[in-house]
Amino acid sequence: MAMIDPETIHDVKGVSVHNVHRHDVIVVGAGLAAMRAAVEASKDYDVAVVSKVFPTRSHSGAAQGGIAASLANEEEDHWEWHMFDTVKGSDYLGDQDAIEILVKEAPIVVREYEHMGAAFSRTPDGRIAQRMFGGHTKNFGKGGPILRACYAADRTGHVLLHTLYENCVKNGVRFYPEFYVLGLIIRDNICRGVVAWDVVNGGVHIFHGKAVMFGTGGHARVYRIASISLSSTGDGQGMVLRAGLPLEDMEFLQFHPTGLYIHGILVSEAARGEGGYLINDAGERFMKKYAPEKMELAPRDVTSRAIQREIDEGRGIGGKDFVHLDLRHLGKDKIMTLLPQIHELAWKFIHVDCVKDPIPIQPTAHYSMGGIPTDSDCRVLGDGKSRPVVGFFAAGECACVSVHGANRLGTNSLLEASLFGRRAGISIVRFLRDEPELADLPTDAAAEAIAEVEGILSSSGTERVAAIRAEIQQRMTVDCAVFRSAGKLSKLLEDVRGLQERYKHIRVDDRGQDFNMDLIDAIELGRMLDLAEVMVSGALGREESRGAHSRTDFPKRDDAKWLKHTLAWKKDGKVVFDYKSVVITRFQPKERVY
Amino acid sequence: MANHENKTLTFRIRRYGTGGKAHEHYWQEYKVEAMKGQSVLDCLNEIRFKQDGSLTFRRSCRSGICGSCAMTINGVSRLACETQVMTLGTETVTVEPLKGFRPIKDLAVDIDPIPEKLLAVKPYLITKTPPPSDQERLQSQAERSRLDGLYECILCGCCTASCPSFWADEKYLGPFAFLKAYRFIADSRDEGEREHFEALDDKHGLWRCHTIFNCVEACPKSLNPTKAIAALKRELVKNRIG
Ligand SMILES: Cc1cc2nc3c(=O)[nH]c(=O)nc-3n(C[C@H](O)[C@H](O)[C@H](O)COP(=O)(O)OP(=O)(O)OC[C@H]3O[C@@H](n4cnc5c(N)ncnc54)[C@H](O)[C@@H]3O)c2cc1C
Ligand code: SF4
Ligand code: SF4
Ligand code: FES
Repeated sequence: MAMIDPETIHDVKGVSVHNVHRHDVIVVGAGLAAMRAAVEASKDYDVAVVSKVFPTRSHSGAAQGGIAASLANEEEDHWEWHMFDTVKGSDYLGDQDAIEILVKEAPIVVREYEHMGAAFSRTPDGRIAQRMFGGHTKNFGKGGPILRACYAADRTGHVLLHTLYENCVKNGVRFYPEFYVLGLIIRDNICRGVVAWDVVNGGVHIFHGKAVMFGTGGHARVYRIASISLSSTGDGQGMVLRAGLPLEDMEFLQFHPTGLYIHGILVSEAARGEGGYLINDAGERFMKKYAPEKMELAPRDVTSRAIQREIDEGRGIGGKDFVHLDLRHLGKDKIMTLLPQIHELAWKFIHVDCVKDPIPIQPTAHYSMGGIPTDSDCRVLGDGKSRPVVGFFAAGECACVSVHGANRLGTNSLLEASLFGRRAGISIVRFLRDEPELADLPTDAAAEAIAEVEGILSSSGTERVAAIRAEIQQRMTVDCAVFRSAGKLSKLLEDVRGLQERYKHIRVDDRGQDFNMDLIDAIELGRMLDLAEVMVSGALGREESRGAHSRTDFPKRDDAKWLKHTLAWKKDGKVVFDYKSVVITRFQPKERVY
Repeated sequence: MANHENKTLTFRIRRYGTGGKAHEHYWQEYKVEAMKGQSVLDCLNEIRFKQDGSLTFRRSCRSGICGSCAMTINGVSRLACETQVMTLGTETVTVEPLKGFRPIKDLAVDIDPIPEKLLAVKPYLITKTPPPSDQERLQSQAERSRLDGLYECILCGCCTASCPSFWADEKYLGPFAFLKAYRFIADSRDEGEREHFEALDDKHGLWRCHTIFNCVEACPKSLNPTKAIAALKRELVKNRIG
């Protein structure tokens, strides 16, 4: 293949390739997964981090509660216990080989953070402090809740994200902040780089490298009521679909029980970990009906369904669509030292002083269990099963290895992002040790991306991007949320296709190239609609209830038919499925009660 | 707290670099039907989504933790996402970009100075003693509590944008860089005091701070850069003598 000449190619109506950047490793994203990989790979190689937001503004910084590891700093704990909880939490859909890696390496990853400088909270004897979190238990679920979540007050994500940024800086990682990656360059099953848009100045840039790593985060922004940042639009998953590769288990999206009423902003599970109560209109701690043993510390899917049922059956506060999270009995001191950020959030965003009043909450779209299929060395699987795309890696919320299966336990995802980010870094170093050649750039590497940008900038339709986005987010929130059914999902699928049709007739107000947010919104929306289509199709297909996916028309888990992962492609405008079996090693599927 | 009713508010926004008026500042007004509980960011989104998609500003977390949405609201540097519009108490809400930073487009400013200033203080733990191989380093709760009020900085730039010394000297390192330096110097695990200090003892460093406290007032995370500055000055003097 001919090498690309940046000066001469592609000048499609004004949008052209501005520059070609070469680095050994191109990391896309700057959350925990991406920057942990960058820290690792930059010890030996030249690493570029390309992110649509400034690194410390990545979503990971919003994580509050903690990162799981069986350090046993506070009480007896074992990786086997952590493994059992994770497998059970996943409703037996998690791959147990990957889960075993997760729980065994967790202590190493957390201690490394400490060595890098993270300001963890401490125990009286100076070790990393640990707290309780839903679904984490002693002795294979037979004991009570366990102190396993390592934390830095309720700013754990913030502390870890800044620590990684600082260590990237120390290692000389080259940052390209505010570059929006538009697409992958994959030819003959070899990933050669990515195409990106310079948000601040405008212009298409090609990042050409031997290894590309995606740490692009989740896609819960497809929902209106969501806890995740406005930039968590699933771009990475969207790009993978467009590259003709599959996504795994996209029907599984976690709804967090406690979103601030109307905003969906998260009130961390730490609030319940430290002893908060959930109360309905009758003043009852209603969890006693749904999880008599674990009560408020039941896993998220169970708790979200309980809250939704209370609301649906008219026991929301004042008959409305929220219930109360009550922290008052914890007292001011405990709230201010252990949950300061929750106090601040409730005060700043809804003017509730949680020392004096209960906090109104409702379930909120939170975490994407599904994503880009990878093996446990973070290599992206082009067929979803066993065949890696050469030089393409992914980790964190955008990926699906799958450690969370049908439902993620709290504090397991900062762990997943960090641990598999680190493994991606190690895997990339191993790959580069063999000195693979830098694969040529095809001459049309940027053609598709340029056509997309050019198309949007010159669009002359009548549809507003914001209106279509509001509609898809609203529809997903109503019809593809905590409870699902065939009737609603089929109608929704039709409507998603209708919205895709309308998307072809958008127009943007801003036609300039520099700092054009209108353009970025439009690009994100196109990918979100693709993802919504895959999610709804997957949810319609899976005729059972498992973990976060709860079908009112198929209320039981069906292991005979559905103990398997979904793989979905978009081919010729249609969603096509295949399936792969779940890896089961230590724990056989059992009924899941809490 | 003000009485929360739905209200029509006028947003008076200082724009730059859009609408055929490239590189010229101008004011534009929009009417917004604001509801109780809405933030300034919600209102700006409303304008962008329904009235004018070319209005440009940064945002991401919309929960006061990422630092993207720092701007000048009714004359004060703040985070748009955690400023409740009703509590401002004015019928007209005036929104401008952060002061002192170079404007790029509308409310978005050039944030390159943020990492530049930060990097100058070597913002990472510097250690000489290797950590224990399969354990964490120990740190007492008292030692750890010295980092409270220092480690929470979200790099929003509100402090620096309110600092007269920065307005006078754009190379001035400014409050968040000092805060970060002190976050490491105060850490019981850190052994790189001199390295963090290098850039501080300079004409663009600590000595340019006139302790005017604007930065303290501006910080949306209630941090106190001035306290860090005073502590750093003390340490510096001590080090010079010692
Ligand atoms: C409010 C909240 C609290 C949480 N608390 C916890 C907790 O206590 N414990 C826990 O374990 N988990 C928690 N989670 C989940 C956890 O925060 C996330 O799963 C995790 O941070 C994901 O990290 P990541 O590195 O995969 O992606 P992210 O941190 O989301 O980073 C994605 C990165 O990709 C970049 N990017 C995306 N698209 C593009 C593109 N097109 N071009 C360039 N760059 C792009 C973004 O700029 C960003 O840098 C919480 C989640 C939420 C919403
Ligand atoms: S105290 Fe110092 S840093 Fe803070 S605003 Fe005043 S001059 Fe600036
Ligand atoms: S010190 Fe406060 S105002 Fe300054 S950057 Fe940090 S958080 Fe923002
Ligand atoms: S949007 Fe993140 S601080 Fe306001």
